[in-house]
Amino acid sequence: MWGILLLPAAVIAAALFTQPQPPQASSTIILLPDEDGSVGSLIVSNESGQQALNTAYSTMQSGDSGELSAGTTSAESVAAEFGAMLDATPAAPRSFTVTFQSGSADTLTVQSQREVDTIKAYLLTLPASEISVIGHTDRVGSTEDNDQLSRLRAESVQRYIQSTGVRTSSIEAAGRGEREPLIETPDGVAEPRNRRVEIRVR
Amino acid sequence: MRSALLLTLLLFTPVILAADQAGTIKTSEGAAFILRAGLKLPANPGERVNVSDSIATGADGLVGITLLDDTRLTAGPDSTLELRRFVFDSTTHVGSLDASVKRGSLAVISGKIAKTSPEKVTFSTSTVTLGVRGTHFIIKAGN
Repeated sequence: MWGILLLPAAVIAAALFTQPQPPQASSTIILLPDEDGSVGSLIVSNESGQQALNTAYSTMQSGDSGELSAGTTSAESVAAEFGAMLDATPAAPRSFTVTFQSGSADTLTVQSQREVDTIKAYLLTLPASEISVIGHTDRVGSTEDNDQLSRLRAESVQRYIQSTGVRTSSIEAAGRGEREPLIETPDGVAEPRNRRVEIRVR
Repeated sequence: MRSALLLTLLLFTPVILAADQAGTIKTSEGAAFILRAGLKLPANPGERVNVSDSIATGADGLVGITLLDDTRLTAGPDSTLELRRFVFDSTTHVGSLDASVKRGSLAVISGKIAKTSPEKVTFSTSTVTLGVRGTHFIIKAGN
C-alpha cells in the first residue's frame, strides 16, 4: 500500500536528481479579445510581484528567475500556435424563445413555427448539449391552470427536441406558470409574448 | 494499519463516486482523458467532469469543457489540467473556481462566477497565479 503511494514521489525525485540544474518552468499568459470584441483584464502574480494585462494580445511571461515580463503578440501568431485548441472551444451557451397560441400547449405561433427549423439545425450541430426547457403563460386563467399549461408547453418542446435526434447529455423541462412574465401585466390580461417556452442550451 | 486503511478507502469511496459535477465534456479529439480517483477515463463528449478531476491530453489531444457556470475551458495537446475547486449556486451565480495547468496549454472563456465573484476565480501554473476579471485568455505552462 505505502509502496504504491510512494512510487510517484520516488519517480519525481529521480527525475529531479537526474537533471542537476533543471530549468525552472516558465509560463506565458495571453489576453485575447472576448467573442463580442471587448477585452477583459487579468492580474498575473507570483512571488516577484503582480502585473495586470488589459489589452488584446498583451502577454505576460514568468522567466527562469521568476521575474514577470510583459510583451505583446498578434492574432496571427496566436492562430498559428493555438488555432487548433481555440477551434475546439465549446459553443457559447445560448437561449431561444418560442411562443404559443393562446391556451395551447402544442401549437406554436406562426412566427415561432418558422423559427423551429433554425433552432433544430443549431441544436444538431452540438455534440453534447445540456438543455433546460422552461414553460410560461400569460395571466389569463387561474394560477393552477397556468402552472399545468406551462409544464405541458415545456414538455411538448422537450418531446419535439428529443424527436429531432439532437445529441443531448441532459434535457429537462419545467413550468413556471405565470410567475416570470417577459412583460409585466395585471392579472387576467392576455399577453402573447408571455405565452412562451425558453430553451436554454449549454 | 492495513485494515484501517482499507476501511478508510471503503468509507470514502462512495463519497468520491458521488462527487459534485462541475461541467461536461463538449469537444474531444485524439488522446483525451479524465483522471478520477486513480482511474483514467475517456474524455468523450457528454461525459461529466467532477470537482477534483484532472483532464489530460496526449500529443494529438484536445478537450473542450463547459462548466456549470458557463466557463469554457479548452485544453491543448500534451496538457494536464486539474480542477481543484468548483462551487456554483445556479440561483445567485455566486461560487468559486480554482484550476491549475500542470503542463501544456489551456484556453479560458470565463463564466458567471467571474462576473459575480471575480475574486473567487483563480487559474494557476507552477510559476504564476491569475486573477480573472471576466475575460478570454490562454495559459501556456512549461517549456
